[in-house]
Amino acid sequence: MTEEHAEHILSYGKLTTVWVALLVLTAATIMVTRVELGVWKVWAALAIASVKSGLVIAFFMHMKYEPRLFRIILFVALFTLASFIGGTFFDVLYR
Amino acid sequence: MSHLEKDSFGAKLGMWLFLFTEMLLFGGVFILYSVYLTRYPKEFGLGGHQLDLVYGATNTVVLLTSSLFAAMSVTAIKSGAKKLTLGLLSGTVGCAFIFLGIKYLEWSAKFHHGIYPNSPKLIAGPPGESIFFGLYYLTTGLHGIHVIVGAVLMTWTAVMVQKERLNANDNVTLENVTLYWHLVDLVWIFIFPLYYLIL
Repeated sequence: MTEEHAEHILSYGKLTTVWVALLVLTAATIMVTRVELGVWKVWAALAIASVKSGLVIAFFMHMKYEPRLFRIILFVALFTLASFIGGTFFDVLYR
Repeated sequence: MSHLEKDSFGAKLGMWLFLFTEMLLFGGVFILYSVYLTRYPKEFGLGGHQLDLVYGATNTVVLLTSSLFAAMSVTAIKSGAKKLTLGLLSGTVGCAFIFLGIKYLEWSAKFHHGIYPNSPKLIAGPPGESIFFGLYYLTTGLHGIHVIVGAVLMTWTAVMVQKERLNANDNVTLENVTLYWHLVDLVWIFIFPLYYLIL
């Protein structure tokens, strides 16, 4: 198994680029929520947080270079969490 | 001496499975937050405006930087740069201390204003407000415990690197500890907008 997945080492430059992107997105989320956008600012902030998480998981946590099995269980976990949230809101909003 | 082949694939898979349970744990707290937000939007708004955006934003930058150091330490150990690995791990632990220091200042300012779980001020106020601050202390407290655990693990890993028990050929423990650290960062990426920005 290990021979098939040769060690992939991320360069310092690539990691720094991801860090800069994360800082820019943080600044963006602060700016977006200081403007009066009503309910849209919630969606904008959560969308930016999701993009930031994606970057952290893909590069810092190396997910982009892991075997497919890791991504499958990641999606199972996220789907489970999304179902919990969806189910809860179905109850909260339509009770 | 017996030859022990480490199964780094299995070790990482196990770590990821553990991290998923952590995601579900914090996910549960976020569900509570969003349900009570729909029930008490006004009180949550008032509560959120009492949090200090400067503290929150600074801690976000501190955690993102600590994550960068942690990710770089994996690159460093795999390239056999022991000194650099130790430096980067110290940087991560340093950031953890800065984060906790800022959190301490933030919490003590709130305590000073009579805002803490079961405080007379919160009991006298509207229920939505005490729920907001209850969730705030629960979420950031649970996250803070993870920061402390992460810092302890990171220090232990650095000792292993120093003793060369972890090296260029055998470093899955360091990788797993950094994965845990990134999870701490991931959770904060959601705490920051939910508590400090959108209300």
